[in-house]
Amino acid sequence: MKKLFGLLITFALGLVIILALDNTVNFPRFGEVNLSERISGLYLSETNVEEVGSANLVTSIVLGFRTFDTLGEVTVLFISSLGVAFILGGTKQKRLDLKFKPNFMLRVGSNILLVIILITSFYIILHGHLSPGGGFPGGAMIASSVLLLYLADDRFRSNIKGFKVLEGVAGSLFVVIGLLGLVFATAFFANYLPTGIIGNLLSAGIIPILYVLVGLKVGSEIAGIIDNFLTEEEEEIA
Amino acid sequence: MIQYASIFLFVLGLYGLFINKNVIKLIVSLNVMEIGLFIFIISIGYVGDDALAPIISSTQDLALIYVDPLPQALVLTAIVIGVGTTALALALAKSIYNTYHTFDLDEMEESA
Repeated sequence: MKKLFGLLITFALGLVIILALDNTVNFPRFGEVNLSERISGLYLSETNVEEVGSANLVTSIVLGFRTFDTLGEVTVLFISSLGVAFILGGTKQKRLDLKFKPNFMLRVGSNILLVIILITSFYIILHGHLSPGGGFPGGAMIASSVLLLYLADDRFRSNIKGFKVLEGVAGSLFVVIGLLGLVFATAFFANYLPTGIIGNLLSAGIIPILYVLVGLKVGSEIAGIIDNFLTEEEEEIA
Repeated sequence: MIQYASIFLFVLGLYGLFINKNVIKLIVSLNVMEIGLFIFIISIGYVGDDALAPIISSTQDLALIYVDPLPQALVLTAIVIGVGTTALALALAKSIYNTYHTFDLDEMEESA
C-alpha cells in the first residue's frame, strides 16, 4: 500500500515536471537556446573574457565572476568535513584492520602509482584556467592517493595534523588574497594582477593562485574525511 | 531526450526515498536524485550539435558557438556540495550502526 502510494506521488510529480517543460521564452526547448538572450551571453562577450583572461570560460565564471560563490562552496565542504570529524573522531584513534594482508608487490606498486597520481593531480590543478579540470577534481585526486595508501599498506596512518594545518593555511590565504583586492583594486576578490595573454600558463591574474589554494584545501579536507572513515576509537583493554 | 532521462532519474531517486528502510539505500537514493538534477541543469545549457566546449585559445574564437558555461559552473558547485552532504550522511550512518548494530529503520525502532 505504501509502495503504491509512493509510486503514485512520484509518477504525478514526474508528469508535472514534464508538462512544465513547455517551449516558452523563459525555458526554451532542449537545444534551442539563444545564449544572447541569457545572462550567459555576457560571460561569452569579448570585453568580459579579456577582463578575466582565462581560456577556460567555466573557470572564468567559477573564480572570476562568482568567486564569492566559490568561497561559500569551500566553506560548505569545510563544515561537512568538520561535521564528519565531530561525529566519527575521538581522542584515541586506531586504523581499521584490512581483511587481507597486502603483499610486497602491492606496497611497492602503490608507491609508483602514488607518484603518477600526484603529478597528474598537480597538472590538473595548475592548468585549471586553460583546460578542463581545476582545483576541485585535482583536490579529489590528491585525496584518492591517500585512499590508495590506506588500502595498499596495512600499517599506513596519514599525518592528519599536517592535513589540518594545510587546510587552514590554504583557506586563510584564499580569503587574504580576496581581501587584498580591496587594497589594490576596488572589490573583494577583484583581479589585481596582470591578466596576460589568454592561453598562457601564467595568465588570468589571481585565478591560478586561487585554484592551487582551492585544490590543496579540497584535497586535505577529503583526505581528512577518508581518514575519519578508516579509523575507529581504540577500545580500552579492561 | 536527455531531459526526460534526467527527470526519470530524479523521480526514481524520490521513489527510493519513499519505499526504502535501509539507511545506506536512502543515501544512494539521494545521490541518484542528485545526479538526475545535475544532468538536467547541464542539459539547459545545450545549444545544438555544432556547439563547442567553452574553452577558447584566443578572443577571436569567441565568434564560434559555445555551449552555456554558466550551468556547468553551477553544477561544479553542486557536485562538491553533494560530496560534502554524502560524507556527512555516511558518517551519521556509521554512528547509527555503532549504536543500534543495524541499518534498518524498523529494527532500530524495535530495539529503542
